[in-house]
Amino acid sequence: MAVYRRNYTTYLGALTPAWSRCLVPFRYSKRNLFRSKLRTSLFVACFFFPAACLLMIYLSHSLSFLERLGAASQAFRIDNRFFFYFMNVQGVLSFLLTAFVGPGLISPDLANGALPLYFCRPFSRVEYVLGKSSVLAILLSEITWVPGCILFVVQASIAGPRWTWDHLWIVGSLIVSSVVWIAILSLFAMTLSAWVKWRIVAGALLLAMMFFGIGFAQAVNIVLQTEMGYFFNLGYLIATLEKALFQFGEGSRISVSGACIALLGYCVICLVLLMRKVRAYEVVR
Amino acid sequence: MNATTQSGATDGDTESKPSAAPIVELQGLSVHFGQREILRSLTACLRGRVVGLLGPNGAGKSTLINTLLGFYQPSAGSARIFGHDMRTATRKIRSLVGYMPENDAFISNMSAVSFVQMMGELSGLPSTVALERAHEALFYVGLAEVRYRQLGTYSQGMKQLAKFAQAIVHGPKLLILDEPTNGLDPSARQRMLRMIREIRDSRQVRILLCSHLLRDVEDTCDEVLILKDGRIAHHADLNEERRANKRFLELETYGANGDFTQAIEKLGCECAVSANRIKVILVNGIETCDVYRVAAKHRVRIRRLNFRRDTLEDIFLKAMETDMPTSMHRWSQTAESTNGRL
Repeated sequence: MAVYRRNYTTYLGALTPAWSRCLVPFRYSKRNLFRSKLRTSLFVACFFFPAACLLMIYLSHSLSFLERLGAASQAFRIDNRFFFYFMNVQGVLSFLLTAFVGPGLISPDLANGALPLYFCRPFSRVEYVLGKSSVLAILLSEITWVPGCILFVVQASIAGPRWTWDHLWIVGSLIVSSVVWIAILSLFAMTLSAWVKWRIVAGALLLAMMFFGIGFAQAVNIVLQTEMGYFFNLGYLIATLEKALFQFGEGSRISVSGACIALLGYCVICLVLLMRKVRAYEVVR
Repeated sequence: MNATTQSGATDGDTESKPSAAPIVELQGLSVHFGQREILRSLTACLRGRVVGLLGPNGAGKSTLINTLLGFYQPSAGSARIFGHDMRTATRKIRSLVGYMPENDAFISNMSAVSFVQMMGELSGLPSTVALERAHEALFYVGLAEVRYRQLGTYSQGMKQLAKFAQAIVHGPKLLILDEPTNGLDPSARQRMLRMIREIRDSRQVRILLCSHLLRDVEDTCDEVLILKDGRIAHHADLNEERRANKRFLELETYGANGDFTQAIEKLGCECAVSANRIKVILVNGIETCDVYRVAAKHRVRIRRLNFRRDTLEDIFLKAMETDMPTSMHRWSQTAESTNGRL
C-alpha cells in the first residue's frame, strides 16, 4: 500500500508478540499525558520532597551541622519514622497526581465509542485495563517507592552495613505500602474514568470521594456509636496498613487484617465496575 | 464465482482462490439478550468476495457482525470465520479481521495518523511499519492533507474515512464494513464504493458489507444474506440471481391490437396489457430485436421500450414478503452439507 501507488496491499510481514500489545495503550497514553504543562509541572513538583529528604539524609551525617543544631539534631534521625513520613507526603502527592491524570485514561476512548476498535483486534479487555493502569502504576511508582528506595540506598551507603542490616525491612514496607496505595488509586481513578465521561468531573469526584469518605465514616461512627465507619475512610485504612508496615505510631482503631480485607473489597468492587464498562458494546437486555 | 462450491480450503488457499473458501459458516447460530432472541438459528455458508448483509432495522445485522467478532456470546450454535471457531479462536479471528463500525469510533484528541498507527500496532504491526502503513492508508482513503489534524475536528464523512483507514491499516483478510456509506455526501459515497470495489478486485481480502442501501450492495456485492427478525429471509448469489431472473420489456405502443400480443405470445413470451402499455416477459432465446420484428410485421409503432431485470430491490422486497423462499432452502442445504465436514 505504498503512498505513490494508491492501491491496497495486504501485510505479510512479521507481527509483534502478543504479550507486548498491552504496552501500546501505555505508550500512547503516556505520550498524551505529558502534553499538558499542568500535569508535567505537577509531576516535577512531586520530586521536590524526595530531593529535600535527600538533603536531609546528607545533613544528618554532617557532624558540624548537627553540632550547630544541638538538641534539635534528633529530628534528623533517619529511621522508620523518616520513611513513614516520606510515604505519607508522597502518598498525598500521588493522590493529587492521580486526580489529574487518571480520569483522562479511559474516558476519551469511551466518549466517542473507540472501544470496539480496540477489541475487534487481537487485544483483550484485560490487556486494555493492564495497559491503561500501567500508566498510573509506573507514574506513581516513580514518585513513591522508587525514590523511597533510592533514599534508603543513599542512607545505607553513608550509614554503613550495620544500619542497613537493622533497617532492611523498611525496603519491603516501602514497596508493599506503595503497591497497595497505587493499586487502590489506579483502580478508583480508572473506574471513575470509565463511568464518568467528563474528565474534570471524574477528577473532582475522585477528590470528593476521599473527603466524603472521611465525613461519612465520622457520621457512621457518631450515629451508630461504632468504629465500623472507619472502613469507609480510605485514607484511614491505608494509614492503618502503613503504620503496621513501618512499625510506627499508635495502634489503629481497626485491625490491620480488617483494613486489608476492606481494601481488597474495594479493589474487587472497582474491578467489577470497570470490567462492566470496558467492553466493545453494552448489551441492553 | 460459484457461492455453493464446496471446498476444504485453508487460509493459504484463500489468497490463491479467493472465492472458493468460505468466509463465514453459521451453524444454528442463536443469540439471546436476556429473554429476547435476536438471532434465531442461522445456518448459512458465505463464500462471496463481497457478501452483503441486508435487512430492515432490528433484523440482527449488527448483532451478527458483533457475534462474529466475539463481542456477544451465542446462546446456541456456532460460527466459523475462515474455518476458525469463534468461541475457541477469537484472537486468531480478530487478527484476520478489519472492522469498521457503524457508529462514531475515534479518539477525539488524537491526530488521524497517530490513531491509525495505534490501531495498526494493536493488530500486531511493529511501530515503524504501523506508522508507514498509517500514512499509506490515510493517503489511500483520501485524508492525506488532513492526517495531522485531530479527529475531533473532522467532518462526518472524514470520520468515516478515518474508520475505514484503521480497518485496512493492518492488511486484514476479511474486512467487515458496517454501514460504510453512512453520512457521506454523494461524491464521498461514490469514492467509498470505488475503494470497496478496488479492494474487492485486488483479490487480497474478502468483504462483509452491512448496509441499508440496496444500491450500495448491488454495486459492490456478489452474494447477499438478507435477515428479517433474526432469521435468514434470503441468501443468494447475486450473479446467479441476475442470470436466473426474468427479463421484462415494458412497451408503450401505438396501433397495437390483439394480433400483436398474440404474435408475441406465439414466441413463447407472456404478455400483460394495460391501456396502451404492454409488459412482455422474455423467455430464453428471444431478444428485443425479435419484438421489433413482430411489431414491424403488424405495423405497430413502439413509442417507448424499457428493458429491465429483477433488481436487488425486487429480491429484497420478495424476501420481506416471504420468510423462506426456495432459494433459501437450496442454500441452507448447501451450508448443512458443507458443515458436515467442519
